[in-house]
Amino acid sequence: MARTKLMDFDRALELFEPVIGLEVHVELNTETKMFSSAPNTFGAEPNTNLTPVCLGLPGALPVINEQAVRYSMSLGLALGCEIAELSGFARKNYFYPDMAKNYQISQYDDPIAFDGSVEIELASGRVLHVPIERAHMEEDAGKLNHVGGSTGRIQGAEYSLVDYNRAGVPLVEIVTRPIFGGEADTPEIAAAYVATIREMVIALGISDARMERGNLRCDANVSLRPRGHEDAGMSVLGTRTETKNVNSLRSIERAVRFEIQRQAQILADGGTITQETRHWHEDTGETSPGRPKSDADDYRYFPEPDLAPLTPSRELVVELRAALPEHPTLRRRRLKAEWQFSALEFQDVVNAGLTATIEATVAAGVPPQTARKWWMGEVARISNERGVPASELITPEQIASVVELVDAGTLNDKLARQVIAGIIDGEGTAAEIVEARGLAIVSDEGALVEAVDAALAEQPDVLAKIRDGKVQAAGAIIGAVMKAMRGQADAGRVREIVLERAESQ
Amino acid sequence: MPETTAAAGAPANGEITAETVQHLAGLARIALTDAEVESLTSELGSILTSIAKVGEVATPEIPATSHPIPLSNVTREDVIADVLTLDEALTNAPDAADGMFRVSSILGEEQ
Amino acid sequence: MNELITLTAAELAAKLAAGEVSAVEATRAHLDRITEVDGQYGAFLATDPAASIAAAERIDSRRAAGESLGELAGVPLAIKDVLVTTDMPATSGSRMLEGYRSPFDATAVAKARAAGLVNIGKTNMDEFAMGSSTENSAFGPTRNQWDPSRVPGGSGGGSAVAVGAFEAPLALGSDTGGSIRQPAALTGTVGAKPTYGGVSRYGAIALASSLDQIGPCARTVLDTALLHDVIAGHDHHDSTSLDFAWPSMAAAARSGADPSSLAGMRIGVVKELMLDGLQAGVNERFQEALALAEAQGAEIVEVDAPHFEYAVAAYYLILPAEASSNLAKYDSVRFGLRVAPADGGTVESVMSETRAVGFGAEVKRRIILGTYALSAGYYDAYYGSAQKVRTLIQRDFAAAFDRVDVIASPTAPTTAWHLGSHRGDPMQDYLNDATTIPANLAGIPGLSLPIGLAAEDGLPVGLQLMAPAFEDARVYRAGAALEALISDRDGGPFWARVPSADRTTIREAGN
Repeated sequence: MARTKLMDFDRALELFEPVIGLEVHVELNTETKMFSSAPNTFGAEPNTNLTPVCLGLPGALPVINEQAVRYSMSLGLALGCEIAELSGFARKNYFYPDMAKNYQISQYDDPIAFDGSVEIELASGRVLHVPIERAHMEEDAGKLNHVGGSTGRIQGAEYSLVDYNRAGVPLVEIVTRPIFGGEADTPEIAAAYVATIREMVIALGISDARMERGNLRCDANVSLRPRGHEDAGMSVLGTRTETKNVNSLRSIERAVRFEIQRQAQILADGGTITQETRHWHEDTGETSPGRPKSDADDYRYFPEPDLAPLTPSRELVVELRAALPEHPTLRRRRLKAEWQFSALEFQDVVNAGLTATIEATVAAGVPPQTARKWWMGEVARISNERGVPASELITPEQIASVVELVDAGTLNDKLARQVIAGIIDGEGTAAEIVEARGLAIVSDEGALVEAVDAALAEQPDVLAKIRDGKVQAAGAIIGAVMKAMRGQADAGRVREIVLERAESQ
Repeated sequence: MPETTAAAGAPANGEITAETVQHLAGLARIALTDAEVESLTSELGSILTSIAKVGEVATPEIPATSHPIPLSNVTREDVIADVLTLDEALTNAPDAADGMFRVSSILGEEQ
Repeated sequence: MNELITLTAAELAAKLAAGEVSAVEATRAHLDRITEVDGQYGAFLATDPAASIAAAERIDSRRAAGESLGELAGVPLAIKDVLVTTDMPATSGSRMLEGYRSPFDATAVAKARAAGLVNIGKTNMDEFAMGSSTENSAFGPTRNQWDPSRVPGGSGGGSAVAVGAFEAPLALGSDTGGSIRQPAALTGTVGAKPTYGGVSRYGAIALASSLDQIGPCARTVLDTALLHDVIAGHDHHDSTSLDFAWPSMAAAARSGADPSSLAGMRIGVVKELMLDGLQAGVNERFQEALALAEAQGAEIVEVDAPHFEYAVAAYYLILPAEASSNLAKYDSVRFGLRVAPADGGTVESVMSETRAVGFGAEVKRRIILGTYALSAGYYDAYYGSAQKVRTLIQRDFAAAFDRVDVIASPTAPTTAWHLGSHRGDPMQDYLNDATTIPANLAGIPGLSLPIGLAAEDGLPVGLQLMAPAFEDARVYRAGAALEALISDRDGGPFWARVPSADRTTIREAGN
């Protein structure tokens, strides 16, 4: 397939104004599903997290999960939305094998939350307010595994296998209003918005928000309008495409950027944009057309007769609002200032999803830069190697205990890395590992002096150089001593002793 | 609910044509024979003529009743219950493999 | 014919409790009856004698062990095939679900089992409960035990004939637009539709979610009430079920059995329910019944319900719309029929082929109609408007019940017609439901009881009673009173008059 013709990004921005709309689906981490009492857990054996409701068995009926409602309301409030006084459910009717009932229970006319705004901050410091049209509750679909065919995708598959474990998992769909004025920042705005939502739901404790697991999904609507209509609001809009299931922050930015460039080229060539769903391809960095919007999209919404509407009390709204955590952007600004990280250092931490982790480590008594050093250094390295999130490898308290040992002089950085590896491998606490492996720095001066003398005796030429004033030559002795001590010595103290002993020989 | 826009294959007066029936059969995933399309077209036409009278009294200020006995806030606690075993889940499956329901290749796309 | 089968449920229950007869004996007697006559009537789609006997045995041992059991323990119960059961298939009268075995029991069934009722078999019905004659069943029609060349009504013809032909003393049915009440009228039995939400719909294969209710069928008002008490009540599995402390319907029926209880009752007659096609003989019996009530001191009040003329139209928009969505789950993927084209097909073509083969004509008709009513551009004119008519009908009832305690009407405009004779305009059949549909639209309770035979054909006539939502006890009280008056007039209970082949062995009541 020939590479898509793309206009240069800056040129595209000169000719056109990008407008985006973002739909984010958040999977809630309730114990049970949205309308069924089946377990809501990840990674279970296929079709083992089911009740009759999940399978749409004859006679099964949905029942609303009250915790999912509370979580949705909290999310709505965090998004600055109003909470509906009357909120009902509706059936969205369409046939697809992952939809057990061939309709999805969603919300149509009266979403639980509406008319909000989310503040986001870009790396440059630019602050924007993303307008939120609505947030509503719905249920997720099952998973299809396409078998046969070359790519594991739908096209060319011989057959498909359906797992309904995910069917019915609670979702909150957040829909923004069109975002104008992003200009060249537009791709970054999309990613920053999703990153902010992600932080928000993590802080609220309502979602694991792991994008690689689909806990958080983004569909990006992109359209261009010709220059000169910047004040036109909604009255002049280009044809939009919808790029679905873009599953990482980086991909969101790339996909939006790609669509801007692709659409600009088409329009500049005199073509028109087809209103369609598109798919993002991580490997090629391109979007490709999916199914065009057709009248198969007649979802025939009607009020869900099996469920009663919700009338959330204003008391509950007040209670939930009072329990909201700090707004992510405000919190980030505060932390960045408190920790005195540079913009880049802080951004790296945010991108790694480790803000809360480092905050907890600081709370455990570790200086911010030290916390950053360990989490973004050794732990991140192991995390990348094993493909396991940092927060699952080791806890802030455990890092703090290692740092404490370094501060006490029991460990140096190199030994500390070994201890961290040991904790991650489940060998025990920091103290236990130091004990078991005999990793403590030798502080016995006598032993150190002995080792230094031995090393000096073995390398008389180096001794001569040191005595001659070539202090750097001490490095060879220090290296030998550290090796003999199996790294369990404080290199600085060894150096002092080497110089003393060399002098006194 | 949905705003009023023209539907595919149907004239403004709401009369049902064979095209309409074909379109609806597609939406409803029922493979109708030509004979069925023909008979349905005339049957539904005459039924609609009778039931369209609901429009006569359904004026804007009358609220719709979707639930005959008004209830609200019917929810359940977030507690696991009624879980099926894998065997129970698959017991009526026309075709299954590897603990999953097997279906033929899929033409359309996810929503 | 074993005398046991001619006992009412109340009488049988008393004998069971007194130890005069065992649950196994009672079950065997009814299984034998089914074997004897059901070849002719076709009321049952499935029986499992071993399972029924085993259940009966368990009741007997529990009683023998001194356990205190419910009033109806050991009484056989026929179950409309619209209810899912773990011990027998549930087909909803459709090829689509032939052989389907549910992993869970419908709540109404679970409650019945917990009360000690014995599942004697699943009864026939119009496919997916769509129909008024049980001729739409994919497995052949049920015949009216009063005259086997005629329909028993529908959709619950099987349950009505099961009790009418003494194949079971009690049966469960479902009523969406009259599917319990109308067959009761056509077969000369009793059937009730509770207030919407009074009985759980969990495990009832859905037709129209905002209209469906599960209800009791029997030969007498008291029996019907006894079963109603067993199945009614809140169910957390059904978000539309009512959390309400229902009074005992059996107690209401017992207190109503003295006809003087009718004194002072205001009985409304809605002129819009006295249909154009009302059969003369049906009207005659109806007027007579009203006169009997009046003689007891009841007041007959003429009531106007101006929007009832739109009820059928609204119903035949709401039902198909909800049904088109409820029946979407029958797609060959997780359960039910699968029909694949020769080349294996895509999942879409398998779905379409399966639904083409698995659904009968009436089902397809209503699915297409419902899809239309909900489709883009037509919602407001059709479904949306129908929901407004619903509001107007509720208001008409509210205004009526300001002036009367119960509303009475002929349950159906005619007596039972010959099998195969209504093969014309579907709309004509729909219009015949005009008497029963309003109660479903409004969610109020309704009951039908037999009040005599029509002069021109000697076939049963039913009278329908309706009351405000939550006032189910009222229809049982008034129904019991009317039943007593009819019995007095005729010199015996109506169910004993059935002209079955072995009529001579039917016990004369009152002896």
